[in-house]
Amino acid sequence: MASYETFEHDVLVIGAGGAGLRAAVEASAAGTKVCVVSKSLLGKAHTVMAEGGMAAAMANVDDRDSWRVHFADTMRGGQYLNNPRMAEIHAKEAPDRVRELEAWGALFDRTKDGRILQRNFGGHRYPRLAHVGDRTGLEMIRTLQDHGVHQGIDFQMEITIVTLLKDGDRIAGAMGYDRERGRFKVYRAKAVVLATGGIGRAYQITSNSWEYTGDGQALAYHAGAKLLDMEFVQFHPTGMVWPPSVKGILVTEGVRGEGGVLRNNKGRRFMFDDIPENYRSSTADNEEEGWRYVTGDKSARRPPELLTRDHVARCIVREVREGRGSPHGGVFLDISWIKEKVQNAPEHIKKKLPSMYHQFKQLGDIDITKEPMEVGPTTHYVMGGVRVDADSQMSCVPGLFAAGECAAGLHGANRLGGNSLSDLLVFGKRAGEFAAKHAKSVSMPKLDSPQVEAAAKAAVAPFERQGGEGPYQIQQTLQDNMQQLAGIVRREDEMTRALELIASLKAKAANVSVYGNREYNAGWHTAMDLDSLLTVSEAVARAGLMRRESRGGHFRDDFPGKDNEWGQYNIEISKAADGSMRVERVPIVPMTGEHQKIVEENK
Amino acid sequence: MANATFRIWRGDKSGGGYKDYPIETSEGMVVLDAVHQIQASQANDLAVRWNCKAGKCGSCSAEVNGFPKLMCMTRLNTLDLTQPVTVQPMQTFPVIRDLVTDVSWNYEVKKTIQKMKTRKPDASDGTWRVNQRDVDRPQEFRKCIECFLCQNVCHVLREHQMFSEFVGPRFFVYAAALEMNPVDAADRVADLKDKHGIGLCNITKCCTHVCPEEIKITDNAIIPLKERVVDEFFDPVRKLFKMFKG
Ligand SMILES: Cc1cc2nc3c(=O)[nH]c(=O)nc-3n(C[C@H](O)[C@H](O)[C@H](O)COP(=O)(O)OP(=O)(O)OC[C@H]3O[C@@H](n4cnc5c(N)ncnc54)[C@H](O)[C@@H]3O)c2cc1C
Ligand code: SF4
Ligand code: SF4
Ligand code: FES
Repeated sequence: MASYETFEHDVLVIGAGGAGLRAAVEASAAGTKVCVVSKSLLGKAHTVMAEGGMAAAMANVDDRDSWRVHFADTMRGGQYLNNPRMAEIHAKEAPDRVRELEAWGALFDRTKDGRILQRNFGGHRYPRLAHVGDRTGLEMIRTLQDHGVHQGIDFQMEITIVTLLKDGDRIAGAMGYDRERGRFKVYRAKAVVLATGGIGRAYQITSNSWEYTGDGQALAYHAGAKLLDMEFVQFHPTGMVWPPSVKGILVTEGVRGEGGVLRNNKGRRFMFDDIPENYRSSTADNEEEGWRYVTGDKSARRPPELLTRDHVARCIVREVREGRGSPHGGVFLDISWIKEKVQNAPEHIKKKLPSMYHQFKQLGDIDITKEPMEVGPTTHYVMGGVRVDADSQMSCVPGLFAAGECAAGLHGANRLGGNSLSDLLVFGKRAGEFAAKHAKSVSMPKLDSPQVEAAAKAAVAPFERQGGEGPYQIQQTLQDNMQQLAGIVRREDEMTRALELIASLKAKAANVSVYGNREYNAGWHTAMDLDSLLTVSEAVARAGLMRRESRGGHFRDDFPGKDNEWGQYNIEISKAADGSMRVERVPIVPMTGEHQKIVEENK
Repeated sequence: MANATFRIWRGDKSGGGYKDYPIETSEGMVVLDAVHQIQASQANDLAVRWNCKAGKCGSCSAEVNGFPKLMCMTRLNTLDLTQPVTVQPMQTFPVIRDLVTDVSWNYEVKKTIQKMKTRKPDASDGTWRVNQRDVDRPQEFRKCIECFLCQNVCHVLREHQMFSEFVGPRFFVYAAALEMNPVDAADRVADLKDKHGIGLCNITKCCTHVCPEEIKITDNAIIPLKERVVDEFFDPVRKLFKMFKG
């Protein structure tokens, strides 16, 4: 029998990013006993990296903004596959969630009259992103962390959860190990909130860290929950492309929001060449108007660089493929040109984009106030995730909740920049609130020791095996595979190949071997994450194969157009009784009459 | 580009030593890339913390050739590669394994600093009107990524091990951010003097020199806090006033 420590809480939150922390704060304020576990140290989760800002229709900069416009923008950006109820809640509640952060100590950049400043971002009609320079995520996570530590929440850092535990149909807790010593931990809880973030590590070029192995999605899937929209992966148009060691690191959209322009090697602003029909009326058709927009001229329309991410990413791919790319296979992003327009431009750029300045200077020897950057698409975000109820964030497994990037619904086929941080706050809070409510209404579930034993045995097996493949090789093969075969541009034959490869990698992962002992053993940790990575990769490829059209983050070379029929369906994934992955078309959640009216008003 | 040798400290709290690993370098590489390359090909179990690989999370602190650095922001072209590059864990905190140290003390210390006390909103919409001018300074402090490199070099902690008397530069920065937050109404000055040991800092500025966020820790945070302590406790007029107030 494996030995393990057992804990008991009302609510267990898995993940300490924005969503997890906000959920924990809420659940604990509701008077329940809360534990938060995370793979990394407190304050280091992905949220810390978010740069540009959080979207909330506070109308501080442009008083024409309102939740209705934000709702319409989010739906249009998501190509109407979003859950409209979630989009509504999000747009309505985001402003309060942002103001709350201020009361807890966040220091946002200010407008001239002393309110929270908001900036332009792709797909948002009005300046809407509350921000702190280009380190908004840091401000958010620090504020929540510092607020949370005074609330009596039990924070357990560097714990990786490997399985969810069930008592019959309902959730009973989770089991994991501490990274430091490799000891098993069992968490018994009445409600579990998944807030584990994304899946970017399934790809080779990504802005995501080692943590993003899709654990939450995979844990939920194995526990009987449903996954939704997994074909929709967001490739951010601007990642660093040079030098090789920084390939994929994000260049915030804030650069374009502050006036940065994209050019090909002919010096042309190619984004003007392809403006989608449904954005034509709201997009500038000349450079002058675009500049007036970013400087706050309300009569101007936004520059095409600020079209949605899926579109900008594909335009960049096109330029590169057709030989108009930059020396290292990207295109040019130039903010230095604003010196023609702004006095003291270098200082202005450093003030507005300090960490971008720093990042390029230190990692790429490039001074962005003087010369253009080279950028190209990078895997950034997954719109898909655990299917949850719009109001409560509960999955179909009683007591299992999900919020933040690991949940699905708000963003549909494509997420607008800035809508993630606000998502974390709005739905993190709701998940915490409803998890606490649920915990108060049920008894402590029973723990089933065979489940725990089996998980413990599987976890140590890689040490006992010899001659299997190493975890890093498997991970790298998968990443190459997904990048090549299920990336920005997809095809039937390629995704079929991807699935074959995933199947063979699964067999290898079942036989993976590691050496050393269980203390802070990176090889073992990587091996433990393989199952999640393979599960979510399979989900992306299967859903991608099924959706025979192009929409949002999902682009099919063999079906390049949008298909109205497909616009009526989401793709749902669940684990069949025989353990295989079931993929189904399910009708979208329809908009109410009121929703439709809002969309029409804002066409 | 030339190949290089990395001399990495391997071990745990019971002891350890340096081990040499040859690596192949490529353009733009940082120390963390080298460590990852070694981890993937030569030492799968090499322990290292990292997250963002872009200087934003403060996870990858270590000592490179004896200098406290973020491994992900230290380019190989800033190092002399004709000699082995040594990488060791931060020395001020107990080692867990290889390059990973136990920094939990920092999280405990933070809790001792009085939390944000929100003052009453001043605008009719229930929020605050705050000038950018008034947040510029605390925003500098909020750039802190909690890499704890400043804690690692401060002699009060590193040499004198005064972990129970002194909170260290990181938490002076933290306290300063709160003290200068226009929405905060608490007073942390007495604590800084009595509980947090600000008097033990003798302004050597070692912390400022290593801060990857270029926060002017000593000049902008510690010295102004020290001035507040003096104003509040050692200014004869204020002292008299306090006495009368009881
Ligand atoms: C570089 C970058 C810039 C971005 N900029 C913006 C922006 O400007 N605006 C915006 O809205 N969005 C932005 N995003 C997206 C946004 O930051 C993320 O989507 C968001 O932070 C995700 O938050 P989260 O709370 O869902 O998860 P995270 O913050 O990623 O937290 C996940 C947590 O789960 C834990 N975890 C994961 N698996 C396990 C497990 N098995 N066991 C235990 N714990 C586990 C992790 O340790 C971590 O604590 C950006 C993303 C990146 C990468
Ligand atoms: S200035 Fe003060 S806090 Fe900073 S290193 Fe010197 S003694 Fe320590
Ligand atoms: S003040 Fe600077 S050196 Fe100290 S922890 Fe913060 S970022 Fe690191
Ligand atoms: S990995 Fe985040 S600071 Fe180095």
